[in-house]
Amino acid sequence: MFKTAATLLAFSATPALAATEVQWWHAMGGELGGKLEEIVQGFNESQSDYVVVPTYKGNYAETMTAAIAAFRAREQPAIVQVYEVGTGTMMAAKGAIRPVHQLMQDEGETFDPAAYLPAVVGYYTDPEGNMLSMPFNSSTPIFYYNKDVFEKAGLDPETPPKTWSEVEEFSRKIMDSGAASCGFTSAWISWVHTENFSAWHNQPIGTEQNGFGGPSARLTLNGPVQAKHWGNLKKWADEGIFKYGGPGPGDNAPPMFYSQECAMYMNSSAGRAAVIANAKDFDVGFSMMPYYDDVEGAPQNSIIGGATLWVMEGRPAEEYKGVARFFSYLSSPEVQADWHQFSGYLPITQAAADLTRSQGFYDENPGAEISIQQMTLNPPTDNSRGLRFGNYVQIRTAIDEEFEQLLAGNKDAQQALDALVERGNKLLEEFEAQSN
Amino acid sequence: MKRSLFQHRLLPWVLLAPQLAITLVFFLWPAAQAIRQSFLREDAFGLSTTFVGLHNYSELWRSAEYLNSLKVTAVFAISTTVLAMGVALVLAACVDRLVRSQRAYTTLLVWPYAVAPAVAGILWWFIFNPTVGVLPHVLDRLGYDWNHLLNSRDAMILVVLAGAWSRISYCFLFFLAGLQSIPQSLTEAAAIDGAGPFKRFWSITLPLLSPTTFFLMVVNIVYAMFESFGVIHATTSGGPAQSTNILVYKVWYDGFIGQNLGSSAAQSVILMLIVTALTVVQFRYIERRVAY
Repeated sequence: MFKTAATLLAFSATPALAATEVQWWHAMGGELGGKLEEIVQGFNESQSDYVVVPTYKGNYAETMTAAIAAFRAREQPAIVQVYEVGTGTMMAAKGAIRPVHQLMQDEGETFDPAAYLPAVVGYYTDPEGNMLSMPFNSSTPIFYYNKDVFEKAGLDPETPPKTWSEVEEFSRKIMDSGAASCGFTSAWISWVHTENFSAWHNQPIGTEQNGFGGPSARLTLNGPVQAKHWGNLKKWADEGIFKYGGPGPGDNAPPMFYSQECAMYMNSSAGRAAVIANAKDFDVGFSMMPYYDDVEGAPQNSIIGGATLWVMEGRPAEEYKGVARFFSYLSSPEVQADWHQFSGYLPITQAAADLTRSQGFYDENPGAEISIQQMTLNPPTDNSRGLRFGNYVQIRTAIDEEFEQLLAGNKDAQQALDALVERGNKLLEEFEAQSN
Repeated sequence: MKRSLFQHRLLPWVLLAPQLAITLVFFLWPAAQAIRQSFLREDAFGLSTTFVGLHNYSELWRSAEYLNSLKVTAVFAISTTVLAMGVALVLAACVDRLVRSQRAYTTLLVWPYAVAPAVAGILWWFIFNPTVGVLPHVLDRLGYDWNHLLNSRDAMILVVLAGAWSRISYCFLFFLAGLQSIPQSLTEAAAIDGAGPFKRFWSITLPLLSPTTFFLMVVNIVYAMFESFGVIHATTSGGPAQSTNILVYKVWYDGFIGQNLGSSAAQSVILMLIVTALTVVQFRYIERRVAY
């Protein structure tokens, strides 16, 4: 018995010993982490030359910090998952990262940039259109609402609000009728109500095509349209129509929607699975983000958030071959469609989106397609391709802090946004000086 | 003879070596690194480094956020110290009067000291959470709209409570020991002279406790400034709008989240100077006062 086990072990261990290990540090906990490991296992079983080893390194900030510290100590992984706000920092680190387009070319993998969804990869390409990192989990904010509360308030549950004035009007009806005590709440003030809001209304987030043009870009978030929206959020917060969910991801927002305290809610399309799992006592409706109909060019298209996979320099040559093979596997329609359907993240290739549609997923799961429709509503302009600024992790914090100043009544919307731009630009100047 | 002398001279160093090695590796070397880094401007990956002199320091004095952090730290350290010591003194005075149940009360009161700061922080987070917490619910009934996510005063109250709570046990132990070392004969003599309990406490006990009080004051201020990272991280994360962003939290945030190593290093050098100053004050003052 023991002998058989030992022989088995020896046989199964042989290919693993010959295979090259490729380290992948990621930030996907919980169910997403489980799914990620399933994908990796699929790749490892599909061939015998490479073994990808995924390691959970904590949240996005922790994972990025760990990778940077490891690079300084020359112990970096081959692949690291970095969130979108770290893009500027990663791009500027010329000797630390290997661009994906170059990797695929060097390793002779078939790689067709045109197969990828421009709305997703556009965020991660250099000015010449070359892909720098491999999109893995990208999402965009969408609008969720409680159909039962709409019905109780005498609203049509199949007609979500299209504009912000309708959001206000519906909220008042809902609150007056007692169907819910608050109109709406939201995750991510920075990502949803500042960055995406600007793109959705075709307003510049910064100069130099929102930073895509180079590190000399500065923020321009203090325009009249953004000031109007922040001012309205403050007004609605005072009236109880809007409830603030806290800084960063706004951790207090989801419970307010799940408990039916707030009738409407904005969060990442990747939050869809959680919403469905938690909305046990009511029906959920999905829709595109509201807009101001008096702003010319709105609605434009929304932009993404999430993370991509960066390849780090300084690993043995044979590992890069494995990375390239793994990226090809990861972009295959079957793997992408599976990941997209499971997680609510966007598919990164057109083929994966088509496969998902042909499998009938969108017909069976209403709302799952909203994110793609909203992302691709119009061809992106310079204001709606995405954003790319250095030190953006701190700028995100500054957005939250200035918004809190506004809600606390210490500043009005214009003052808060002006202060935000001033603080943000100081961080951008510092970053520009650091990278030179 | 000479040989044995040599051995004699070497032996103390050998015995000291482990301790010296630890100090060198875990204190002096990182401290030297911090000082070096504070004069540099470097990108996150360490690919390009420039010497910028005192730029990182001068930027701090021009930064409204840093000055705010200094102010916040002062408020936090003083409030935490006063609250923790005040409560601990009252409790110690009460327990000191007990005869049979003293040990039981002492054990119970020391208990919170064993709770890890992060665990305590999470407990406070749950109790005070504006959406799901118990206390905001109760306060709401009383007509107070508690929201430490928006209201900076609420946030400060929360971190001070959380910070002081874990220190009460520590102060209590020292105060109790201090009280018990005061000779009974002194208070008895005062009682015979007609001094009431309050007068006795004010004129005899308190002055005799002053070395303990002073020691605790310095230790608590150092604690509040340097060891309260866990409490802040688990409750407010320095918010809202940096109203609880104490110096040590800002060092961590700017360095590890913001990847601005130069500024973070400059801030930690300043912190190092502050703690050195506090330690000097403590030793000089206590040494003078301890022999009463």
